[in-house]
Amino acid sequence: MVFSYQPTPAHVDMPIHAASTQRRHFSPTSSSSRTIVSATLDLEDKIGAGQCSKVARNVNMENLRGNYLFPEIAMRELEHARRYPNEQLIRLGIGDTTQPIPRTIASAMAEQALALSTDRGYRGYGDEQGNKELRMAIANTMYRDMGLMWEEVFVSDGAQCDISRLQMLLGPRVTVAVPDPSFPAYVDSSIIVGQAGKFEEATGKHQNIVYMKCLPEDNFFPDLTNTPRTDIIFFCSPNNPTGAAATRSQFKRLVDFARSNGSIIVHDAAYSAYISDGSPKSIFEIPGAKEVAIEISSFSKFAGFTGVRLGWTVVPNELTYSSGFPLIKDYNRIVCTCFNGASNIAQAGGLACLSPEGRQALNKLIEFYRGNAEILVDAFQSVGLKAYGGKNSPYAWVHFPGSSSWDIFNKILEKTHIVTVPGVGFGPGGEEYIRVSAFGKKETMLEASERIKTLLYNNLN
Amino acid sequence: MSLQGQLSASISSSSSAFLAPSVFINSSRAVNVSVPSKRLGVCKCVATPTEEVTAYKTTVSRNANIAKLQAGYLFPEIARRRAAHLVKYPDAKVISLGIGDTTEPIPEVITSAMAQRSYALSTVEGYSGYGAEQGERPVRAAIASTFYKDLGIEEDDIFVSDGAKCDISRLQVVFGSDVTVAVQDPSYPAYVDSSVILGQTGLYQKDIQKYANIEYMKCSPENGFFPDLSTVARTDIIFFCSPNNPTGSAATWEQLTQLVQFAKDNGSIIVYDSAYAMYMSDDNPRSIFEIPGAKEVALETASFSKYAGFTGVRLGWTVIPKQLLFSDGFPVAKDFNRIVCTCFNGASNISQAGGLACLSPEGLKAMHEVIGFYKENTQIIMETFNSLGFKVYGGTNAPYVWVHFPGQSSWDVFAEILEKTHVVTTPGSGFGPGGEGFIRVSAFGHRENVLEACRRFKQLYK
Repeated sequence: MVFSYQPTPAHVDMPIHAASTQRRHFSPTSSSSRTIVSATLDLEDKIGAGQCSKVARNVNMENLRGNYLFPEIAMRELEHARRYPNEQLIRLGIGDTTQPIPRTIASAMAEQALALSTDRGYRGYGDEQGNKELRMAIANTMYRDMGLMWEEVFVSDGAQCDISRLQMLLGPRVTVAVPDPSFPAYVDSSIIVGQAGKFEEATGKHQNIVYMKCLPEDNFFPDLTNTPRTDIIFFCSPNNPTGAAATRSQFKRLVDFARSNGSIIVHDAAYSAYISDGSPKSIFEIPGAKEVAIEISSFSKFAGFTGVRLGWTVVPNELTYSSGFPLIKDYNRIVCTCFNGASNIAQAGGLACLSPEGRQALNKLIEFYRGNAEILVDAFQSVGLKAYGGKNSPYAWVHFPGSSSWDIFNKILEKTHIVTVPGVGFGPGGEEYIRVSAFGKKETMLEASERIKTLLYNNLN
Repeated sequence: MSLQGQLSASISSSSSAFLAPSVFINSSRAVNVSVPSKRLGVCKCVATPTEEVTAYKTTVSRNANIAKLQAGYLFPEIARRRAAHLVKYPDAKVISLGIGDTTEPIPEVITSAMAQRSYALSTVEGYSGYGAEQGERPVRAAIASTFYKDLGIEEDDIFVSDGAKCDISRLQVVFGSDVTVAVQDPSYPAYVDSSVILGQTGLYQKDIQKYANIEYMKCSPENGFFPDLSTVARTDIIFFCSPNNPTGSAATWEQLTQLVQFAKDNGSIIVYDSAYAMYMSDDNPRSIFEIPGAKEVALETASFSKYAGFTGVRLGWTVIPKQLLFSDGFPVAKDFNRIVCTCFNGASNISQAGGLACLSPEGLKAMHEVIGFYKENTQIIMETFNSLGFKVYGGTNAPYVWVHFPGQSSWDVFAEILEKTHVVTTPGSGFGPGGEGFIRVSAFGHRENVLEACRRFKQLYK
């Protein structure tokens, strides 16, 4: 059944990639921090017919199916909380960091804020590409000995924003491949820009997108020998949601594949700080990658900057279009025209994050979250389920063979009051899986762990 | 070719279109231009040949839309010229009245709120992660009650962002490539440039300095800087900015009523840029929503940049009424919300804490004081050019003075002023062909710099 918006009251968007065609009516109340503007759902009553503009809605927007995944999870969370006001809801859905930002970093931001009140310390517009000091610190800290220059680093307000800016840059005519499953912004931005083609209900896929199936047998690395050529290949290591970190040899295969196809890899390294097993933290560790890859990264999960908003993208000078035109020039143009730089206060925080003191404090936090993920992975494994992740990521990726992931999501939510994310939200390859995020207090993980064991033990016996 | 060589080469053009951007992507606003020390010559510059050719190319085609853009975005180009000038005259005291960048410190009531929020993030009670992509509720509520009281605009019509320039592009992504667009001529370059990038336009026509498929609504002294709508073709989207950047003109109630009627008759959507509303001295409307019926034809974008000196802090907002609908009845706000949730992740929580402080009684008072200071600067600049016999526009309702240099190329005037007085301005043609023959002088600056600049103008033009 093809979903399309009908302007009738209380119409609700379906969850994306939903296996079931269940419709729900939903009207959220205020306080959730991720509440979407659902008030508009009721407004058709107020307006009535007539008074529409003559501006046709963007067909690409029509092609989007339902809400973006995470606001959908937030809505469900809210609704559940309203139905069970006395239950202690455990939020392991949206991957939102929970631990305070280390003092040394917060102080740097506070100091920058106060400096803006002084004659000497006031700063207006910064370089759209980011403060030089921060760009240099990123190049020296994250890309040491990889031959990358600070001029190739573009500071931003986050990876999700950069993905869309990249898509705007690449335009509607490029073909795209994504890992399946993967972070939904790759597919959604592709739809929005007009690359994706029609959605096929039967497969849960968009016609023009190549979905590279990622299976546990291969460490969730796509089978490139069966992957057709596309202009752009999105890749994410460690992967959200599977948590898999590509090995050096897998990265090399990917770089070679891109090179032989003349493709561009967009590598999302947002979780690289979680790598604990020596796997490459940057695609640029692979020789030849600079001619075929862009790398996006973020301070969000690395430094708890999910609300502060800071990230970066590396575009090597060597990366060129078929005409020989350097992509970095166009990226710079987008950054100067459609953006105005990340907040100078956030950037001051970023610089503090990359100081030795900052990195030390952040490593402790990352260890903490990784430890949480291990608790969750252990919990699922202890009841006989195959669970992945934890080693190189803050997520547990759990397999429920033969089950619909929305059904599992609902069952877990209903019976244990734990919010997770159904795997199909990350693509059809996520069906049968649940992603459980490990951001939270240790007690929360232990409590969640207990509830899970009880529920699943009961269900398996 | 050395960076310095490239920069000098770029100065000498007398055409009104600005030039090919320099190859190395360095800090566009920094004073010191640094030359990358490794692997010179790796990048290929479109306009000039290089000695070395990159060995490997991908087989991905460049986005044809971006290829339509003529050169760099206007303000980095101004910054490049300034930087080049400094290289040429290292001891000159260059005064920047070009890029409209605020210069006065942010009032403490606002920065202390941001400092507090920063510290709070390092505590258990005060830590917050992802905020609502649409903005924190108290900020949205404060914006609604401060700027849109009694206009029927509600808190959830407000979308907080990291600035108007970013919102303009997000709006363009919502509208897509199939809409037609009208802009004032001259206008803030982001409207046209984002339109080109999104694929709404045809090619640039060098002879008339316009992109095909954009409707340019001429705004000149002859028509009081308000377009003659009877000569304007229907477009889906109409960008309108009042008080205007760069002309400084503020549309009257009657004019905006006409504009709203025009949009209604044509089924168009007005994107109303009110970034300078607080600079209004006259009794003109500050929000498009003061005009009856506007909620069905308009959305409004605004910014803390020029009110609170937040050009580097990054905070703005867009208002989309529930009544604004696409032709199939689908609410524009819903699609904007989807973009905001998918292509954005909210404005920085620390900036938002600053925004909330801006809108407290003390914060508003402090903002009015800083705005007043810049308005005094504007007066000084206006008086200077008036006294020199120039026809001067704007200034009263905006921090920009629009000076007429009839019969002259605005890039030539820009270059002459820069060369002879070391003052950076902005050539009018950078804002569209309707800006030819004009120079925009921005009034952001320390008082002594503004006074000194005016002394130099008097010297040059006496």
